Amino acid sequence: MSNEEPLPPHLTETEALAQEVEELEAKSASAARLFDIRRIIGALFVVYGIIVTAMGIAPSDSELEKAQGVNINLWTGLAMLALGILFLLWMYLRPVEPPSAEEIAEAMDRPDVH
Amino acid sequence: MTHAAEDLRLPVNGLDYLILVIYFLVVLGIGFMARRSIKTSLDFFLSGRSLPAWITGLAFIAANLGATEILGMAANGAQYGVYTVNWYWIGAIPAMVFLGLVMMPFYYGSKVRSVPEFLLHRFGPASHLLSSIIFAVSAVLIAGVNLYAMAIVLEALLGWDQWVAIVIAGFFVLAYITLGGLSSAIYNEVMQFFVILAALIPLTVLGLKHVGGWSGLSDSITASHGDNFLTAWGGTGIGNPNPLGANWLTIILGLGFVMSFGYWTTNFAEVQRALSAKNLSAAQRTPLIAAYPKILIPLIVVVPGLIALVMEPTLGKEGSGLEYNDAIPVLMRDLLPNGVLGVAVTGLLAAFMAGMAANVSSFNVVFTNDIWRPYLKPGMSDQHYLSTGRVVTAVGVVIGMGTAFIASSFSNIMNYLQTLFSFFNVPLFCVFIIGMFWKRMTPQAGFWGLLTGTVAAMLNYFLLYKQDIISIPSDQGANFVSSIVAFVAGAVVIGIVTLVTRPKPVSELQGLVYGTRSPGLAEAPARGDDAWYRRPALLGWGAVILAALCYVPFF
Repeated sequence: MSNEEPLPPHLTETEALAQEVEELEAKSASAARLFDIRRIIGALFVVYGIIVTAMGIAPSDSELEKAQGVNINLWTGLAMLALGILFLLWMYLRPVEPPSAEEIAEAMDRPDVH
Repeated sequence: MTHAAEDLRLPVNGLDYLILVIYFLVVLGIGFMARRSIKTSLDFFLSGRSLPAWITGLAFIAANLGATEILGMAANGAQYGVYTVNWYWIGAIPAMVFLGLVMMPFYYGSKVRSVPEFLLHRFGPASHLLSSIIFAVSAVLIAGVNLYAMAIVLEALLGWDQWVAIVIAGFFVLAYITLGGLSSAIYNEVMQFFVILAALIPLTVLGLKHVGGWSGLSDSITASHGDNFLTAWGGTGIGNPNPLGANWLTIILGLGFVMSFGYWTTNFAEVQRALSAKNLSAAQRTPLIAAYPKILIPLIVVVPGLIALVMEPTLGKEGSGLEYNDAIPVLMRDLLPNGVLGVAVTGLLAAFMAGMAANVSSFNVVFTNDIWRPYLKPGMSDQHYLSTGRVVTAVGVVIGMGTAFIASSFSNIMNYLQTLFSFFNVPLFCVFIIGMFWKRMTPQAGFWGLLTGTVAAMLNYFLLYKQDIISIPSDQGANFVSSIVAFVAGAVVIGIVTLVTRPKPVSELQGLVYGTRSPGLAEAPARGDDAWYRRPALLGWGAVILAALCYVPFF
């Protein structure tokens, strides 16, 4: 542990660390500013789903033969499309809870250190 | 592998490359978008301890599901057969559940930012510095393994020069972690998890169809390799020869207990994902949520290994030009038409990047937080440590590129990784598990236990096994034995040193040893966390029972 300042006598090292992490946690911007990953996964899989499904709409004989007679592009594409839509739907139906009014006010008070 | 370069070339076309390019753009986009959430070093290193359990849980499994794991476990499937499931059902699940139910309250509740930092509080600076250095070295080595493995695979599959593959993948990992820190790494891992599934599921389905379903597969393999090849435990009696070169005792003690607990409970690249969760309940659920996909992954990794053995009987034989590690690439070449092929190549690349990113994003924390800050540059502002973290990320990636070539001397990549784990993780686990349950264990015992365990594992591997002083039939068998040796040597030294040195007062161990409570545990549970399906005990025991049931068809 770095000895930046003498520890207050009632705090052990471990408690001092916990306090420091709590302070950083209070200043942290992740909870308020981090975007929702469901949007990205949803969008990526919708795009992939469309590309791969399109490849499966008119498969050539050689492609079908290679894939054991299964139109694998069509099925994989549709499954990816469905997964993408599910993620977007999930995000739409259960959005991340926005920070409370106090949390926003608190965030506004702090200077941004970028 | 170089010999196989021509044989394995995939017929990729422009559309396959489009899928790959889209993926790289999204990866970079996540880095840029995560950048605005980085305000403190805690945001950069631990996502501000703010993520929900499903995200940390999927990142936890994706960090493990690197391409070395996928290719290596498929290789083990082809080389050792169904024994490979032991790496999952006994070699992972119990340890993941133990991490979630027993150890996470100490890790998360004590608010440490890394696994070595826990040692600092439990034992003091000597063992802290030793384990930080060991971890930093091993993280860079493993990142290098990932890069090297990726370069040879891409050279064989796509015809890219090795340096092109290393520079491109290295650059993207460097860019998105430097920009968005752990949040960016974790978000990419969650996305990678789904891309990897989209790559492996079609491959397995087509492969099974090709060999006549499970019954066709088992008939062919039984005919060529005998009955035991399709069982998890057949022929593992002590003294019996079997492909794995191990017996039930070394499997249970070496793999199931020491190696797996060492990897899953003290490897910071994994634990870090749980530490970034938003509260204790989410942190506990992180490895438990990951356990369920882990139980099922053999279906899409080990099964393709077996299929490859039927489709290419020369796999792994001298002179065929195909190694066991080529099992999955061979199937991709033979079964996937363009389109799905692009998804599969992307999935493989995603897996390489996930594996490497997990090591880089944990390396930068340990270097900055556990080496730079306490021992080299104490007392600087939080912004200083944030920018140090960014610089160290870049340095780590560059060193990783340099270490890549060490991996080239091992034919089965997974064996090399497990050798590293037996050196580094097992002794650490020994110190942790005794230190968490034995209040009296002293700081000196922590340091000497760690050092002895590491040296003992290396001695066993390089001296006793490599010089043929004791006879162990395979690298894997040797890894199991090294692990047991490391654990026992560490434990004995811990016991002896503890008895002759002075323990820390109990007042300084609150929240660090079993039976004490940390102040962090007093937090009230978040709204909704009391739902029955979020209860850690239920999730954990459910996973253990499911894993045990999976063994039933393979006895």
